Amino acid sequence: MNSVETKDVHLYYGDFHALKGITMAMRKNQVTAFIGPSGCGKSTYLRCFNRMNDLIDGVRIEGEILIDGVDIYKSSIQVDDLRKHVGMVFQKPNPFPKSIFENVAYGLRVNGTKDRQFIEERVERSLKQAALWDEVKDKLKKSAFELSGGQQQRLCIARALAIEPSVLLMDEPTSALDPLSTAKTEELIHELKENYTIVIVTHNMQQAGRVSDYTAFFYLGELVEYAKTKTLFTNPKDQRTQNYITGRFG
Amino acid sequence: MSFGNTPSAHRKKRLTQNIAFFIFRLLSFSVVAILVVILGFILVRGISVISWEFLSEAPREGMTEGGIFPAIVGTLCLVVGSMLFAFPIGILSGIYINEYAKDSWFKRFVKLMTNNLAGIPSIVFGLFGMALFVHQFGFGDSILAGSLTLGLLALPVVIRTTEEALKAIDNSFRIGSLALGATKWQTTRRVVLPMAFPNIITGLILSIGRVSGETAPILFTVAAYFLPKLPSSVFDQVMALPYHLYVISTSGTNIEASRAMAYGTAFVLIVIVLLANLLANWLRRYFGKKVKMN
Amino acid sequence: MKRYFNNFGERVIEGIITLSGTVTSITVLLIVFFLFKEGLGVFSQTPVAEGSVIAVNKQNPVKELTAHQVKEIWDQNITNWKQLGGQDAPIKLFEVDDITDYYTDEQIGAEFEYLPQRLSELVAKEPHILAFFPDEYLPKEFAGRQIKLDNVSPGSFLGGREWYPTIQPAVQLGVLPLILGTLWVSLGAILIALPLGLATSIYLAEIANPKVRNFLKPVIELLAGIPSVVYGFFGLVVVVPLIQDVFGLPVGETALAGSIILGIMALPTIISVSEDAMRTTPRAMKEASLALGANKWQTIYRVIIPYSISGISTAAILGIGRAIGETMAVLMVTGNASVIPHTFLEPVRTIPATIAAELGEAPQGGIHFQALFALGCILFLMTLAINMTVDLVSAKKKANRS
Repeated sequence: MNSVETKDVHLYYGDFHALKGITMAMRKNQVTAFIGPSGCGKSTYLRCFNRMNDLIDGVRIEGEILIDGVDIYKSSIQVDDLRKHVGMVFQKPNPFPKSIFENVAYGLRVNGTKDRQFIEERVERSLKQAALWDEVKDKLKKSAFELSGGQQQRLCIARALAIEPSVLLMDEPTSALDPLSTAKTEELIHELKENYTIVIVTHNMQQAGRVSDYTAFFYLGELVEYAKTKTLFTNPKDQRTQNYITGRFG
Repeated sequence: MSFGNTPSAHRKKRLTQNIAFFIFRLLSFSVVAILVVILGFILVRGISVISWEFLSEAPREGMTEGGIFPAIVGTLCLVVGSMLFAFPIGILSGIYINEYAKDSWFKRFVKLMTNNLAGIPSIVFGLFGMALFVHQFGFGDSILAGSLTLGLLALPVVIRTTEEALKAIDNSFRIGSLALGATKWQTTRRVVLPMAFPNIITGLILSIGRVSGETAPILFTVAAYFLPKLPSSVFDQVMALPYHLYVISTSGTNIEASRAMAYGTAFVLIVIVLLANLLANWLRRYFGKKVKMN
Repeated sequence: MKRYFNNFGERVIEGIITLSGTVTSITVLLIVFFLFKEGLGVFSQTPVAEGSVIAVNKQNPVKELTAHQVKEIWDQNITNWKQLGGQDAPIKLFEVDDITDYYTDEQIGAEFEYLPQRLSELVAKEPHILAFFPDEYLPKEFAGRQIKLDNVSPGSFLGGREWYPTIQPAVQLGVLPLILGTLWVSLGAILIALPLGLATSIYLAEIANPKVRNFLKPVIELLAGIPSVVYGFFGLVVVVPLIQDVFGLPVGETALAGSIILGIMALPTIISVSEDAMRTTPRAMKEASLALGANKWQTIYRVIIPYSISGISTAAILGIGRAIGETMAVLMVTGNASVIPHTFLEPVRTIPATIAAELGEAPQGGIHFQALFALGCILFLMTLAINMTVDLVSAKKKANRS
């Protein structure tokens, strides 16, 4: 079953044609990785799924994007509603200047949850899912800035999980982390796919190989090749894909 | 179609945002409205007073008739005098802070003092100008004393403008020039200053606008209540537009009768500020760079 | 040779530039020096109006009087020596003009040549007299006792509730009403300016589209450029009559009028400083909030405002500073009554307005002149404290970010 489906998506930044007709589908409860050289459009494409590109002036999007069967660019769609359904983890850990607890509770609060007990339970569960609970359970009231970079990133994952999205978008989530924290995060991704559909953008091909079930290769705004990760890495059909994974460019 | 959020919670969220944004928009435009009301009121009432006679003659009949020519001349003298003092020193001082000073306690001290000077109320400058220039130096109430006082007041503004303008210039230009064997001063004069010039000049124009409207610093250093004679030396007293407005609107011989004169004077003051702002904005666009005035 | 000259020239230029760099510091130090030199002089003066003598009978046990007591006697609020620690006897107040009640013109002399002698006799004769007369009539051998008032003390200066710097025979130099007046008007101004300024800065930083922004920014800059005397004039001809009508007051010159005008004048500072602060909120922080389903407004009040709170407080403090130091506008619209304010609908008098209104009439070096410089010192210290607070807040902010 497909969780995210796009049909002939074009994106323009002013005159610049950044995405050129991308059609693909991402399967439920699987990890899909986007790879490709810088500027190939993979992050831009990812940011279409929660309409984060709406924030940029001069962006125009054509085509159709369906998430769990709903056309998310339809006028009746409330953007905040969509974003509650599609969580996102960013390149650099970006916790709020609030306590650890309040960081995780944030999404619940802004979506109207007032029940204190419910919030507490959900915060605990999310932190456990993000494998951070044991490290922070005694200092929930402390500022999130006191955590290490890796812990901050897992906090951001917990924060995204707290509102129970169905899709989790990850935009190079480990690019700012040390190897140990990266390993932990990758492990986490592996566990999370049981409950979530994960789409991850990565610079790091080894990472794509380690964590994903499917991989899509982007080049100059086009989807060049999309296949099972194993297939794509061992038997790429397109020359450009082959060049990229063998390190000839990018 | 939605993603299972309860529509009522949703509506509430949206409604709150709409109300909040509406309030912000309303308040923001009331700031504009305030400006429009003030400017409009004074410009509309003042325009009918403006005539060649008003601009070219001295006040008559206890300042209820005639014009404001001596005050215009006085303000002009003060602006020129204060800028002759503040521009060179302020620009050099800005160059010192951004180009020459090494990161030491002394530089921090200079910056701190410049900041503090900027925060000192204008009336305190008036007190100081009176104590130092009028009494200590024996200049008396004079253009010289008033210009120096106003110049000191404008100094932090000029310094900050220069500093900001210099800061905006990429270091690679300096390194490039130094690498060609230019000295520090040559680099500053031939490379850095010309690039910073538009921003500096824009800031200077705005500071002229400000100096021409200052009243408190000139109260006790130069301003004359009524003096139809034009100054002949820097040791003369002069009338000045802002002080004149104050006098005829609060303590003239016949306040009601001099209202028209007051509107006219306020009109001229506002026009000066408007012109300075327009010119600065035009220069900004002309040079295509952003300058910030604070 | 040329090389040498170049080096020499460089040195000279560097010297000139460095010298210019020190001008502001020297100015600040000079300001401090002159303000405090004159201002502190007030504490070595007696509050007797210049050239006045206060005298009592030699037998009178009252040896000292304060300036305040002298004024109370003058106003007939104190009428008995007992109230001053003396005998139970009414105070017989005597001014030099009263001399004709006691002596004939011949006794005084056509040119007042016998006046000093008569004064001496009179004070010696009347046990309960309190005499005030100019010191030119003080005889060489005076049969009464002069009372010297204590010098103005910092306590009575700062805590005194009455500011009558020119009354006879003893001036009252209490600056409390002026300090409170200044704070009162500034408080009102910030109550008006802060909501308006914050809303505008939020609108500019986060809500307005670039077109509206490009229109609003110059407007606000213009607001900052209008001279304070023009604001004062506008206040005088528009705001003051309006307040008088709306509240049905006998006079419209009130603290409220001052606060409204000062509030408008503080707006540009508040708006631009807090807008700058909000703009420093990292994009990632805003995106994180939006990605969690928060809408724009929730992001503003839950993320952007908390993040930029130190900048916003800096803006508020700077706005207060602007209001405290403002002179002309306040002078023109607040009515300048030196009483301790209780509501916003009565006249008040601020420190800057007092200096501006009175310095012109105060003789140089006199007690009034020095008292005004002392007011300048207080004002200077107030604004210095504000600047230091701002420096502290922004230093703390920097430390937090890194």
